[in-house]
Amino acid sequence: MEQEELIPHLFRTEYSKIVSVLCKRFGFDQSEIAEDIASDTFLTAAQTWPLNGIPQNPTAWLYNVAKNKAKNYLQRNSVFKNKITPGIKNSSTDLFESETEIDLSPQNISDSQLQMMFGICHPSISPEAQIGLSLRILCGFGIAEIADAFLANKETINKRLFRAKEILRGEKIKIEIPGPAEIDERLNTVLTTIYLLFSEGYYSTSQNQTIRKGLCFEAMRLCTMLIENDSTNKPAVNALFALMCFHSSRFEARIGKNGENILYDDQNTSLWNKDLISKGAFFLNAAAKGNQITKYHLEATIAYWSTQKEDTKEKWENVLQLYNRLLQIEYSPIAALNRTFALSKARGKQEAIVEAEKLKLEENHFYFVLLGELYREIDDEKSKQHFLKAISLAKTQPDRQSIQRKIDNFISK
Amino acid sequence: MKQTMDWIGGIAAQNKFSGGNGLPFADAKVVWPKNVVTNGPFGEIKETIGGYIIVKAESVDEAVEFAKGCPVLQGEGNSVEVRKIAKGDGTH
Repeated sequence: MEQEELIPHLFRTEYSKIVSVLCKRFGFDQSEIAEDIASDTFLTAAQTWPLNGIPQNPTAWLYNVAKNKAKNYLQRNSVFKNKITPGIKNSSTDLFESETEIDLSPQNISDSQLQMMFGICHPSISPEAQIGLSLRILCGFGIAEIADAFLANKETINKRLFRAKEILRGEKIKIEIPGPAEIDERLNTVLTTIYLLFSEGYYSTSQNQTIRKGLCFEAMRLCTMLIENDSTNKPAVNALFALMCFHSSRFEARIGKNGENILYDDQNTSLWNKDLISKGAFFLNAAAKGNQITKYHLEATIAYWSTQKEDTKEKWENVLQLYNRLLQIEYSPIAALNRTFALSKARGKQEAIVEAEKLKLEENHFYFVLLGELYREIDDEKSKQHFLKAISLAKTQPDRQSIQRKIDNFISK
Repeated sequence: MKQTMDWIGGIAAQNKFSGGNGLPFADAKVVWPKNVVTNGPFGEIKETIGGYIIVKAESVDEAVEFAKGCPVLQGEGNSVEVRKIAKGDGTH
């Protein structure tokens, strides 16, 4: 790898490991120090590698430098100097060493990252803050990248992260994996954050494709960490991972050459990633344990059906029943719309139109896209009116364009 | 079963579903005064409840409209009873 690419690449993979270990060690009280030390380490690399050449083992070099900087910090820390060192002046240097030693072994790295995940994905801060902090600390994203992902500006993101850390400090949130009594509930918060992170990448209105794929990838990576740890490897986690595998299998097919959204029916299925689909099926099976059907199970199964392109009655009947159950667990406008679409495929448009008109999601442009689709070939004039209404409510240019293409298909008939 | 799930799904899609359960006939008991217990689900009268659903409706009329969609009504002599849930706040 070229030197210009090496440091950013290592930053992405190693920053979060170093920060997690240091944050776990220093606590949220001194999380700024942890982040500074990690950033400093990369700064030092950026300054010395062009002069001295890339080290034989760049990762080990980074870890050593981080450890030394942390050690220096701990030793300079006045509490340590004034209160502890006099007491251990005469004891072996081993004790002194172990107090300031930073453990960057693979085990401690993965333990620390998992513990940080629970510390960050905590209900005391808002979901946006949880995602922002996760991206910063767990995924090594820069503030500019996070701002781009959220279509916000850097000051907003900085304030949000600062405020969130203050709250976590104030609430004295512990950086640890919760015990068996709490873990299911806390895991819910973590899964919600991962899910939102994935959705941000999958449905994002940001035009930056690299960021979008990065968000999906990071969400899947964090989920993998949960799967790899026995105490967090629960059925819902496997179901969420399966869901993400199925969705991301279509990533290449969803975006056209000019960044336009390619709708499902128009996608080139040879671009669907079969490995990811198999992986999803594997984890969906792994999720079929325990006595709870979570929304992730239902969504993952629906996503499975999306990987089967054929328009069979069986597919749509299954999808309809899955949405029936999903809506009982958790209502969302998108689920309601998708359910109605599945109904139209399984039972016919007339019945679906009746149900659709009860939904009354007047502010939602997708609602009018659905109505437009349902009225097509039944009442083309009404269909067009609905599509036009959808365009007026749509928020992005790609969305408006794809709806316009639907109208154009009528006019040319 | 499918019809019932579709009916409930339709209510849930309108964000008006609040809970519900089928009530199987197996293992049902009826408890009478003086600690008398008989096999159920039959009470004094030959009617029995097959399930309940809790919906969020603006008025009893809206709830009645939901009830009209219930598949049990396809069976002769079946009915759906519509009741308010008392929340003790004077309104619900």
